[in-house]
Amino acid sequence: MTKIGVLALQGAVREHIYHIEEAGAAGKIIKWPHELDRVAGLIIPGGESTTIGKLMVEYGFIDAIRDFHAKGRPIYGTCAGMILLAKRITEGDQPLLSLMDIEARRNAFGRQRESFEADLDIKGIGAFKAVFIRAPWIESISDGVDVMAEFDNIKVMARQGSLLVSAFHPELTGDLRVHKYFIEMVREV
Amino acid sequence: MIETGTLRVKTGLAEMLKGGVIMDVTTPEQAKIAEDAGAVAVMALERVPADIRASGGVARMADPTVIEGIINSVSIPVMAKARIGHFVEAQILEALGADYIDESEVLTPADEEHHINKWDFKVPFVCGCRNLGEALRRISEGAAMIRTKGEPGTGNIVEAVRHMRSVNEGISWLKGLREEELFAAAKDIQAPYELVKWVHDNGKLPVVNFSAGGVATPADAALMMQLGAEGIFVGSGIFKSGDPAKRAKAIVQATTHFTDAGLLAKVSKDLGEPMVGIEISQIPEAEMMQERGW
Repeated sequence: MTKIGVLALQGAVREHIYHIEEAGAAGKIIKWPHELDRVAGLIIPGGESTTIGKLMVEYGFIDAIRDFHAKGRPIYGTCAGMILLAKRITEGDQPLLSLMDIEARRNAFGRQRESFEADLDIKGIGAFKAVFIRAPWIESISDGVDVMAEFDNIKVMARQGSLLVSAFHPELTGDLRVHKYFIEMVREV
Repeated sequence: MIETGTLRVKTGLAEMLKGGVIMDVTTPEQAKIAEDAGAVAVMALERVPADIRASGGVARMADPTVIEGIINSVSIPVMAKARIGHFVEAQILEALGADYIDESEVLTPADEEHHINKWDFKVPFVCGCRNLGEALRRISEGAAMIRTKGEPGTGNIVEAVRHMRSVNEGISWLKGLREEELFAAAKDIQAPYELVKWVHDNGKLPVVNFSAGGVATPADAALMMQLGAEGIFVGSGIFKSGDPAKRAKAIVQATTHFTDAGLLAKVSKDLGEPMVGIEISQIPEAEMMQERGW
């Protein structure tokens, strides 16, 4: 069975594991870099990107995940995960993986009172109820990045080869289609 | 259509905080230290619980200047405390842009009968509990996150352990009951039947549960995580210790790798003086913060 890891340094890990398993793959908690050898794809979950980033540096995950990517293995980042995968962020100085040719803006939609749910139309997936929590957005992209969903003309989901990012949290809904899409990306490798 | 303040976005932020440490801070400088150490959120306060305990008098919501200063100094979520039942303090905190409101027993209660109707707000609330019944009462009032109370400002983990075990025992007990026994169980623990049934069916609380009140060391944090906490609040334990930045970072690491004794040993080394602890039996009954809330 296809094994997908979820980076478990901090954040909504359990929900991703549940979605991966419901979507027909095996979910594996990743706490140390050497555990990446055992999985074919990786999800970087939502949480606090500053916290996850610092812990990634502390435990040697930055180089390990860059190697994982270099081997062509797919990575999906939700919310904080999207920020960590971005080549750069608009403000602030924090550890990043800098793998995907996008610029992310943290807390772009505002504080918690501005957190919201909205209906999106995702390319290749269709209508989707999306949950945005203190969410970032994609400020700009380079060539080669395919925008998969927009909200109010703001880019909130994109793919570049084996990298997938969303500013919202499919793991907080009962909808498995985004996880199925990612599992397909992993199986196609 | 856009919907804000839904239960899903309220409980969702708590889900994002899981596995993390929320630290009490009183100044923008402390907030930066907490963020740099890897805190997932900070609790903006005028005084930490140990100082509230020492100074006595009525403890209220912090001055908005303190809260705004902290909001402007960090990019992580900022929580703030309102007195139990003081819904106007909560309205003010919501207007200030606090990301979570802690309706907290650390402050002097404003209402000895009613908690805040938390459904009235777009901002989510976290509330303390000592047992399952108290947790479910708070959830029925709209709390989107729960924390066990412990005894704040003591640096003594014993009450936090008692409360976490009590909540977990309550959940195991409900899980083992037969359907027809749930009605009497709801009456026993003074909680709504629908929530009692939900816990029976799912074997867990419907919202995230952190541990609070008494965490002073990385080992304390890991103990609470091993007992089933989904994350940690540290109040006085960091900024009442000798080397706050180092201790804060160590507690963050201990919360991530809470089952890894080798790592716990490593991060527990050379942290300087911990906060001075208080033995629970030395606290006069009237000064026990955990008794506040109903």
